Amino acid sequence: MLSPMATKARSAPSEGEALGGVTLVLGPEDLLVDRAVAAAVASVRASDPDADLTELEAASLAPGALAELTSPSLFASARAVVVRGLDTLPAEAADAVLSYAKDPQPDVALVLTHRGGQKGRGLLDKLRKARVRVVACEALKSYELPTFVIREARGAGGRISEEAAQLLIESVGSDLRALAGAASQLISDAGGVITEEAIRAYFAGRAEVTSFAVADAAVTGRTAHALEQLRWALRSGVAPVLVTSALASGLRGLAKLAGAPRGLRDGDLAREIGVPPWKVKTLRGQLRGWSQEGLATAIQAVARADADVKGGADDADYALERAVLAVSRARSEG
Amino acid sequence: MSEVSGVWADLVGQEPTVAVLRTAARAAAARLAAEAAKSAGEGAAPSQPAGRSGMTHAWLITGPPGSGRSNTARAFAAALQCERQGCGECTACRTSLAGTNPDVTLVRTEQLSLRVDEIRELVRKSAMSPVGRRWQVLVVEDADRLTEQAADALLKSLEEPADRTVWVLCAPTVEDAVPTIRSRCRLLVLRTPPTTAVAQVLQRRYAVSPDLAVFAARASQGHIGRARALATQEEVRARREQVLSVPSKLRDLAGCLTAAASLVELAAEEARAATAELDATEKAELERALGVTGSGGRGPRPRQLQAAQKELEDQQKVRAKRLQRDALDRALLDLVAFYRDVLVVALGASAELVNEELRDDIERRAHANRPELILRQIDAILACRDAIAANVAPLLAVESMTIALLEPTRR
Repeated sequence: MLSPMATKARSAPSEGEALGGVTLVLGPEDLLVDRAVAAAVASVRASDPDADLTELEAASLAPGALAELTSPSLFASARAVVVRGLDTLPAEAADAVLSYAKDPQPDVALVLTHRGGQKGRGLLDKLRKARVRVVACEALKSYELPTFVIREARGAGGRISEEAAQLLIESVGSDLRALAGAASQLISDAGGVITEEAIRAYFAGRAEVTSFAVADAAVTGRTAHALEQLRWALRSGVAPVLVTSALASGLRGLAKLAGAPRGLRDGDLAREIGVPPWKVKTLRGQLRGWSQEGLATAIQAVARADADVKGGADDADYALERAVLAVSRARSEG
Repeated sequence: MSEVSGVWADLVGQEPTVAVLRTAARAAAARLAAEAAKSAGEGAAPSQPAGRSGMTHAWLITGPPGSGRSNTARAFAAALQCERQGCGECTACRTSLAGTNPDVTLVRTEQLSLRVDEIRELVRKSAMSPVGRRWQVLVVEDADRLTEQAADALLKSLEEPADRTVWVLCAPTVEDAVPTIRSRCRLLVLRTPPTTAVAQVLQRRYAVSPDLAVFAARASQGHIGRARALATQEEVRARREQVLSVPSKLRDLAGCLTAAASLVELAAEEARAATAELDATEKAELERALGVTGSGGRGPRPRQLQAAQKELEDQQKVRAKRLQRDALDRALLDLVAFYRDVLVVALGASAELVNEELRDDIERRAHANRPELILRQIDAILACRDAIAANVAPLLAVESMTIALLEPTRR
């Protein structure tokens, strides 16, 4: 249900569609919300270029204010009223919104935005019953992002392949606004087609590195790569404690695999170690090159680093780098 | 031991302290008598040298956890209120021990600190005369938790209290009280009660078998509350046994990790056992307070119920977490005692073993390992305690410890 709705958010209302009705823009994805609001306003402007635009926060909406804004006026023929953040609407103003929704003015477009969630749920349900136009702006799932990027590129008059879209997401992050900006920037800078080379030229490095990527690199002994991943992870706001806990759980899995009885089937082995079955194969690959002594040293180093990042040391970043170095050294020495 | 009776009977193995306090109580009674005689117009009070030196108005009782600091303070309060200096039977004694005597105020906290406004209230009270004819006793059971401001607020009153006011402060060690408070109090140090004394009390009060009483007294290392739990609760003994089986599981790396996981799980289990019933009661009470009628989720639900339940659950989670940490800490202390026993045997010291029942294993380890290694093992456990106190993930900290406990010959 999400993706068709998200598609709808981008399709601009045709001329005057928002006029004489109530548009409810529902969802937490700011970029899509802004676009939906802009589209509704544009549709009003398309039918009357002189239309008035009033924007206000729902929190400051007094009970009588809405009637005043929407009542027929002598001068302007069409009007757009945008009320943002319906979740913060004072309870006493809810009735006014609802009764307007049941009986809208023909030359007024009322646009309401709501972030979703439980707050103000009752009003939303009643608005739906009053058959207002709903534009859903749900947050996109990570697998929906490439499609979004491809569509953005097309919207900006260019093209991008699925692989390049994936690369762009890795280097820019999953923030839609940043992605949309990057896509249109690349198209205007690099011509119609966004290639992977162009992305690498403009966006070096990675925007989002998980703590697990750091741990995976460290336990396979790729020291330089692990340190690089660590810097990126910390730069993009991964909490230091997540890195130590990822390192600890990675090493714990390896140590348990090393000590597990021989000849178990993968399923039983996974249960014995306490990891999902698909992880066993990864762990086996990672275990190559480790000795028991090495693992023991590494776990102790991570425990020290955990104390350090929880206030034991002045510089948590340095403590983590030391831990990553200690882990990969323990592998080569053990 | 036999002459100790009345309110003093339950103070296990603290005979020197009890002697001091009894002298003080007698001196206090003598002073009351002298004052009464004076006000009755019988001229100057006869001088009472013993009374002057025996009694004072501010006491600081220190001693290790479980040695009975607050019980000592209460017994002293009772002895001051009692006509017979602590008979243990009169109303004054019983109300003082139970904390319901109007002239005995007990202050303790379940929060992190004793705040200044609580102490100001106490200071105000200290300036008043007792309700009864004897003394007003103010007992601060957690003097180590006084904030700096709160301690400052106490000073004046500690130094020059009202005529009939007695302060009794309790703290684990004398260093836990700020110097300005320490210097205004007479210091009493409780010792770790000897095993035999604890065992006798267990037998007398809980009617447990002599063997079990001796075992519990030994295993608790003088912590009376812990000894009671060990003597009276089967599952507490079972958990301790499992904790002490950890050293024998440390054969290789995987064994270390499994042992660590089981230690953490044991602590969680203990915390759950302690909180499960309490949590359910609190939840039911909350629902009743908010007027939930009908069982099984039927009936009207008040609007604020969900928020209130959430808040309660959060508080319960914090409490469970703290209890789990405390339980883990106790387990670590049991392990310290085990390796201490190994060290005792290795060094040929004549001290009594805490874990007499594990003597075989202990002797084997003592002969196989050098004392330096055993000391390092003890250090590793103590380092783990520090790490957990510093908020390191408990499992990771314990894993690091069990790895450090691995003995090199077995690697």
